[in-house]
Amino acid sequence: MSSNQVTIVGGGLVGAAIAYGAARRGLSVRVLDQGDTAFRASRGNFGLVWLSSKGGGMPEYARWTREAVGLWGGLHQELLDLTGVDSGLVQQGGFWLGFSDEEVQKRADLLAKIDREAGGIPFRMMEPAEIQQYLPDIGPKVAGGSWGAHDGMANPLFLLRALHSGLKKCGADIITGVDITAIEHDAAAGRFTARSRDGQSWISDRIVIAAGLGVSDLAGQIGIHAPVVTTRGQVLITERLKPFMDYPTNKARQTTEGTVQIGSTTEDVGLDDGTTVDKIEWLARRAVDTFPHLAHARLVRAWGALRPLTPDGYPIYQESETCPGGFAVVCHSGVTLAAIHANILGPWMGGLTDAPAGVARFRGSRFLGKNTRYASDH
Amino acid sequence: MNTETTDLIVIGSGPAGMAAAAEARALGMSVCVLDEQRVIGGQIYRRIEDTPEALRMILGKDYAAGSALADEFRRSGADYRPGATVWNLSGDGVVDYVADGGSRTISATNVLIATGAMERPFPIPGWTLPGVMGAGAAQIMLKGADARPSGPVVLAGCGPLLYLLAWQYLRAGVQLAGLVDTTPFSAYVAALGKIQGAVRGRKDLIKGLGLVSQVRLARVPVYSGAKSLEILGRDMAEGIRFQHKGKSREIAAGLVLLHQGVVPNTQLSWSLRARHGWDAGQLCWTPVTDEVGRLGQTAVYVAGDSRGIVGAIASGVQGRLAALAMHERSGGKVPPGRRAVLERQLARHVSLRPFLDRLYRPLDEHRIPADDVIVCRCEEVTAGDLRSYVDLGCLGPNQAKSFGRCGMGPCQGRLCGLTVTEVIAAARKAAPEEVGYYRIRPPIKPIHLGSFS
Amino acid sequence: MTTETLFSIPASAGQKMVRIEFEGETFQVPEGISVAAALLSNGRGAFRTSIVGGAPRAPYCMMGICFECLVEIDGIPARQGCMTPVRNGMIIRRQPGAPSLKALASGGRNEH
Repeated sequence: MSSNQVTIVGGGLVGAAIAYGAARRGLSVRVLDQGDTAFRASRGNFGLVWLSSKGGGMPEYARWTREAVGLWGGLHQELLDLTGVDSGLVQQGGFWLGFSDEEVQKRADLLAKIDREAGGIPFRMMEPAEIQQYLPDIGPKVAGGSWGAHDGMANPLFLLRALHSGLKKCGADIITGVDITAIEHDAAAGRFTARSRDGQSWISDRIVIAAGLGVSDLAGQIGIHAPVVTTRGQVLITERLKPFMDYPTNKARQTTEGTVQIGSTTEDVGLDDGTTVDKIEWLARRAVDTFPHLAHARLVRAWGALRPLTPDGYPIYQESETCPGGFAVVCHSGVTLAAIHANILGPWMGGLTDAPAGVARFRGSRFLGKNTRYASDH
Repeated sequence: MNTETTDLIVIGSGPAGMAAAAEARALGMSVCVLDEQRVIGGQIYRRIEDTPEALRMILGKDYAAGSALADEFRRSGADYRPGATVWNLSGDGVVDYVADGGSRTISATNVLIATGAMERPFPIPGWTLPGVMGAGAAQIMLKGADARPSGPVVLAGCGPLLYLLAWQYLRAGVQLAGLVDTTPFSAYVAALGKIQGAVRGRKDLIKGLGLVSQVRLARVPVYSGAKSLEILGRDMAEGIRFQHKGKSREIAAGLVLLHQGVVPNTQLSWSLRARHGWDAGQLCWTPVTDEVGRLGQTAVYVAGDSRGIVGAIASGVQGRLAALAMHERSGGKVPPGRRAVLERQLARHVSLRPFLDRLYRPLDEHRIPADDVIVCRCEEVTAGDLRSYVDLGCLGPNQAKSFGRCGMGPCQGRLCGLTVTEVIAAARKAAPEEVGYYRIRPPIKPIHLGSFS
Repeated sequence: MTTETLFSIPASAGQKMVRIEFEGETFQVPEGISVAAALLSNGRGAFRTSIVGGAPRAPYCMMGICFECLVEIDGIPARQGCMTPVRNGMIIRRQPGAPSLKALASGGRNEH
């Protein structure tokens, strides 16, 4: 048994970003991660670094996201310098495309509301002819769209590798292949013990539970209410193509490697991370409707991943009141929010800074005693 | 839209697929055979219905023996669909495939995976150069197009197919610049321990040894016990370098044909999330099935080389045995004595296997290459890249894939999967079972996005 | 990158031949063989350059697995040469790196 200052349970995009942010500032960090075939939302992330339409029901979240996308360039450069891994950030704006006038009008109303409430999130609605100046290959079924200058994309897999590689460079201890089943808090000593299914244990002064689907149970053990619902997202990925799509869209984006990612579904299917023929067909048709030339592109992979969401779709960031130094995080926008997780949450949860302004809005206790149905805004 | 249904869908029309289809038809089942290729026979009996006589003489008796099975298959009345690429399979018997540019669905009470084998990857320096091919690939060119090497050619590696091709080339009048045999002398000794089985399969054994001695008699330079193979050349293969009896040797050749055995084509069974085990004798994954090839409690069976390498004749017998089992599972009756006859045949034809597996076990250094060798040809990921992911905490192929894109190209990991497992296992000093394999998902083969319109 | 012929196909009486074009050169090849076999038997070295490193590549497996034999056929890029039978009048070109979607689109139109 050994002691470290901070233990992060979960080495996905969320856990790794927070861990990296703490380790980068000199803290002693340990990451406990599962094995090769764990459910990993990070592997099924669509890869958008996206601000538009975020926070339609919570202006604080819109502002949080705005700050996050603003910090991304710095994180990207820092990781590139430190590890040589390019996390593929491109922030040149992005499009949302709609297939009906009604859909486009709803979009315009939503974006106007967010800009009004949160402030500083401009957008522009465009007719198909204008969109074509940016995306010449859109098809006749595209009825219109919105443009967000803050929007962009990154490579989620390379971001994850960059974070892990950065953690290693900062001297963090990454322990893989362990499944954490219990967290204990020794109030007198002010210490946490994380125990794995196979009987190992790790002691630390602070602990951050960022274990995706596994957060609820572990967070409950240190007195944090963190309800998690899962949705499955399926995405399709084509062979690499020569660049043709200069801007990401909500329906498809071309990665810097050249593959086209087509996404994504939102399905309530419990713990099944498989793919289904009907959704593959639906995604393929929708992609071809958006960019007709894609009919001739080869589909190489389909992917299903389970995303951990809270009931209202907004994150939970919370320190335990009963077990100080213990934190829980639930968030499915691990790419968009990577920089704020690293730069703001890492130092906070590592004990270097006070709670960030406004973070109280993201407490899990907002779900206590309520029996409301929430809708996420993606 | 109603989905088309049938009693049995067979995927692949090699020996296992053809025999299973014929047997099932004889039992009265309706059978649909989906074949990605355009003609029946699989790879082993490629072009069997249409081989020119002179070529048939070159290919030899074992190839010609496929004609009887092809005839039986044709006469059986099975519904044969060439150019049908299966891209999705479900455990309850639904198959999605693309033919003529469109995706179609067909379902059946039983499905038989009979997708055969592929050549084991041979990752050595220079193996991606034009002019380097599998010996099996060259044999496919011989069968399919009557194409023979026109300049200096070297055959390198080990395994029955390599010697058979050498023998066929000699009959075709092809000059061999060399046969570089990586079978170490120690393997002969070790294989003797498996001789019990080999005695039962002595006819096969004598035939096999006969091929090798004929190659030697034809004054082809044979380098036995060679190791450390590497391809020479910058933009094209220009030859091969290897260690032989403590000396470095080079042979100039524009065509180098590599082979170190064949391995099961397991993509479909993996896609069902069926359990697979690491076969330490054959150094590959095989699906875990019951004794007749059924995958767990699914409607899916596996027969032939896609279940574990057994060769053409035994594959056919396995196909027939699976047909009997599937017929019975659907409530049908099987003629008395039929199963016992087939089981005896199977025992005879697999008896040589342990001996061959031991004798032609590919060298570690040709499966688990040095850092600078490309493992994933599509995404150009090297063994060194993989080892660096292991250093980052990667435990298996799936995290390695997400860290470095290995296995993400159009071949979907087929040509790197085994190597990735073994490289990670060696780097972690763990068993291949512990390391695992890629999570295989549909589409099983790349399909065009427009296939659904 | 024309080189010596790696394979050859002996002429046989009565064999029906078709005409194909590769990078502007015309060949007579036996009907029914694959594009990959036809090109390998007519002295063509690399079929394509790899997408990541721009390295020359040519067929490896000949059975539809490795995707090394990708060529542009009748305007459609990245087709599997080993899985496509030759057809009279076929126009084949090397596949430089990744396929271009624009070429895919125009090729698709020409096909129908």
